[in-house]
Amino acid sequence: MELINQHTKKIMEGCKQRARDCGLCFEDETLEYIVTNKDLLELSSKHMIPTLYDYWVNDIEVLKEKGKYELYPNNPYETVINTRPAISFYNDNNPDWLNVMIFYHVLGHIDFFQNNMFFRHTWDEDFAGRALSDKRAIAMLRSEKGRWVDYIIEFSRGIDNLVGFHCELRELNQSREIKTSAKLDYYFDIFLQSLRKVNIIDYLKEIDRYNDAVRQYAEMAETLFFSQVARTYPEFDALFERHKRQGRKQSRDLLEFLLLNSPFLQLEENRWMQSVIEIVRKTSLYFQPQIRTKILNEGWASYWHEKLFLKDDRIRGNEVGFARVNALVTSLPRIGINPYALGMRLFSHIEQMADKGRLSYDYQRVQNVSTRRDYDLSTGAGLDYIFGVREDFDDFMFLNSFVDQDFVDKHKLFVTGIRLNPDKGTREYYVKSRDAAQYRQMLIDQLYHPPFIEIDKSHTGENCLYLNHRYEGKPLVAEFIANTMMGIEYLWGAPVKLETSEPVQRARELHPWESHPPADMEPAQQRVLYTMKNRQLSRILI
Amino acid sequence: MEKRVKDSLEIKSEEVLKSEAKKQKGSLTAPQAVDRGAWVGDMVFLQDSSASTPSYVQSLSAIDELLERDKQREKDGFPRKIRVGRLVKPGRGGKDKIILVPTTVEEKFIHDLRGEQPGEESTSGGTGEGEEGEVIGEEPADGSQEGEGSGSGPGGGEGDAHEIESSAYDLGKVLGEKFELPNLKNKGTKRSLTRYTYDLTDIHDKNGQLLDKKATLRKIIETNISLGNISGGEEIDPLGFLVSPQDQVYRIFSKEKDYESQAMIFFLRDYSGSMSGQPTEAVVTQHVLIYSWLLYQYEKQVETRFILHDTTAKEVPDFYTYYNSTVAGGTRVESGYRLVNEIIEAGNLARDYNIYVFHGTDGDDWDADGQKTIPEIRKTMGFANRVGVTIAGASLEGGSVVEQYLTASGLLENFAQTIRMDNVGQDATEVRLIEGIKKLLS
Repeated sequence: MELINQHTKKIMEGCKQRARDCGLCFEDETLEYIVTNKDLLELSSKHMIPTLYDYWVNDIEVLKEKGKYELYPNNPYETVINTRPAISFYNDNNPDWLNVMIFYHVLGHIDFFQNNMFFRHTWDEDFAGRALSDKRAIAMLRSEKGRWVDYIIEFSRGIDNLVGFHCELRELNQSREIKTSAKLDYYFDIFLQSLRKVNIIDYLKEIDRYNDAVRQYAEMAETLFFSQVARTYPEFDALFERHKRQGRKQSRDLLEFLLLNSPFLQLEENRWMQSVIEIVRKTSLYFQPQIRTKILNEGWASYWHEKLFLKDDRIRGNEVGFARVNALVTSLPRIGINPYALGMRLFSHIEQMADKGRLSYDYQRVQNVSTRRDYDLSTGAGLDYIFGVREDFDDFMFLNSFVDQDFVDKHKLFVTGIRLNPDKGTREYYVKSRDAAQYRQMLIDQLYHPPFIEIDKSHTGENCLYLNHRYEGKPLVAEFIANTMMGIEYLWGAPVKLETSEPVQRARELHPWESHPPADMEPAQQRVLYTMKNRQLSRILI
Repeated sequence: MEKRVKDSLEIKSEEVLKSEAKKQKGSLTAPQAVDRGAWVGDMVFLQDSSASTPSYVQSLSAIDELLERDKQREKDGFPRKIRVGRLVKPGRGGKDKIILVPTTVEEKFIHDLRGEQPGEESTSGGTGEGEEGEVIGEEPADGSQEGEGSGSGPGGGEGDAHEIESSAYDLGKVLGEKFELPNLKNKGTKRSLTRYTYDLTDIHDKNGQLLDKKATLRKIIETNISLGNISGGEEIDPLGFLVSPQDQVYRIFSKEKDYESQAMIFFLRDYSGSMSGQPTEAVVTQHVLIYSWLLYQYEKQVETRFILHDTTAKEVPDFYTYYNSTVAGGTRVESGYRLVNEIIEAGNLARDYNIYVFHGTDGDDWDADGQKTIPEIRKTMGFANRVGVTIAGASLEGGSVVEQYLTASGLLENFAQTIRMDNVGQDATEVRLIEGIKKLLS
């Protein structure tokens, strides 16, 4: 692992200049390393963060990756990690023109990392540095506690996909102006609505009363307002005080809930586990936006490497080489999904639509085909628009908002169906649908979406942690439930229950003449309750 | 502007270089990154961490550690997690490449995206021409092209045989330790097959692990004789001796050769028509595992012979061909054993080798009562340490032909130390196959 040489660095600096001129926005400092393929294999299990804490599962992962590499040798051109300064890895010394292309791609990623709002919580620190201190902390604990550190890592990682990523973002993105006092929040959000259950008219009256107070007394408003409240609800102050005491124990996800409330983790001899859990949780939070912006991020970087490369005056004469490499990276496959290709085309599509003023209600209202085809307001707002998309969207919003029939038709996209042909003993790929809604749904179904599992506080007590899985059309992987719950039981120190849904076995086999199950045979769901007690799993129907 | 950036970069890279040098100097003694203080800057540690990442060879020795950890899990009351996995790359003409790796899975609450019923449709994206409903491509559905290893692909043995061999040793290690397969017995010595042990047998002056008192005293006396402190006939006064540090003799560890016997393994496989598909897969998978494990047991000092039979038997040069050879005609089990016996007799192999014979079949044989087969098997048993018969076939009432005549012959009961049989069924899982190995070898 070594830094690129000064000649190549100069090329990079040139790329930065040109990228900035086109509106990309990133910090000055970046670090570029040349790494061998072996290094890359070893890094990949650590999500490319060289300083990530050691864990034996990663070692196995590395062994597996090496096996894979023997079968399918491949060289990624680059990998960028979201650190301060941003670090990128390159597999070898490429020719200068190729470096120019790769650097533009990398700068696209860096710009994305540093501007997309879903990365907000990663902006204020350098993750490589924090990971390093975490790594040391874990190494230190390991020398003291031995393998138990790894058990805690394992159990915490078992639920690290349930981290409250959006809660974290919500707090960071709350704008300053709306931030009101905790007391006011409590009064209007919890006290009036949940405790007093006042009707809507009284609620609005209270708001009016508060606004009047603000108009009349400005700074003094709140004090005066609450002196009135105290007269109406004498118990309010006491309740608020109690809420404040509990309020600190509000948790954003299961891991944090365990940290704050697990009787087992509060024990003096188990305190050290808390820091391990916190490390796992923070690490998971760091990676969350990356998983949720794959298409967007790759699309953005591909869009820019193509645009900037073709404008670059330094590499004239290499257009053919570029076209070859670019086609390998950004061509739409006959079957399958290529996030680079899809994202890039969608960005171009959005830009064109915005340029013509088509991303508007007026355009949507146009029914006439020829009017639609010729609709062009020449607003020139396309570039600004995609910069906005880069800032505020994630994969789901991106696909859900912009994959429309025009886009699907333009690129001849379709949903591929895969079915068995029992006569020929083959698996057939066929064009299932060219409908935009179905294509969009197919894409969305493939996005990362962890299950929504919440803590049911009404059933949770000292002796039992009650988890509730909100069913969203897919059951949980049954084989994984036992070990995951065993981990939670260990961290909680008492039995754990999980309520979830599972499909009911169909009452009968399909008849040969039925190609699809009739409506009454659609798989029904039933709620089941798993209980993990003393490392034994049991299951009952509810 | 650009210049300033460059300057600062140069400084930065210089810093890294300096600390690199520092690291190298201190690499023997510096115990942990922690000791070096925070001022060095994090980039050093980035560098550092990549340097200390174990290489492939090191990580293989780390497999021991991983398995040890896995065993410990059980003692701590948690289920084991490490599994043996295979990666298969389908190749043209059945030349699949197989790589064996340990795997594990991190269990989490995740959505189950598998269809509720096998054969249900799944979807993906696509682009290009084609009407809705038009079939644009197809592939074999039995999975023979992907995932699980397949021995039923069409033949053609000119592959790179060492692909399997190189990883087989590692797999054997994993198997031996994880599944606690029994160790094998040794026999005679032929070549100086060396195994090394380490013992405190070498001597070394001035320093070492253990002071050799006798040798040291002798040395001291020698020195003092030559110094004239001791002369014959006089009383010796040890207080007047000069003891030089040079005279201290220590013992240190040294590598000692150990002679070890070797093994000859015959893999015998029915590749008749009835074997095609799952039975073949079960048999060859088990033979891969046995092969790997024996390779490890005998520290690679294993000779292997591969024999395929239908109605006649033939020897094939390597595991690769054995693994990949395609199915042919009818079945005569005796032909296979006869060839084994011929090879053993011709080379007088029984004298010097531990001979193992592993036979995989679906249990079908034209020799319905084993009249010809049983005598050949008896003969083989005379040479072999162990004959292991794996039957991978559909379970029939009363067992398959081979099962029937083996049971009827009484060999299995009377010579349980020499011959074992195991019916794994034709769709055996890997775990079942490893269980089977235990049964065949214990």
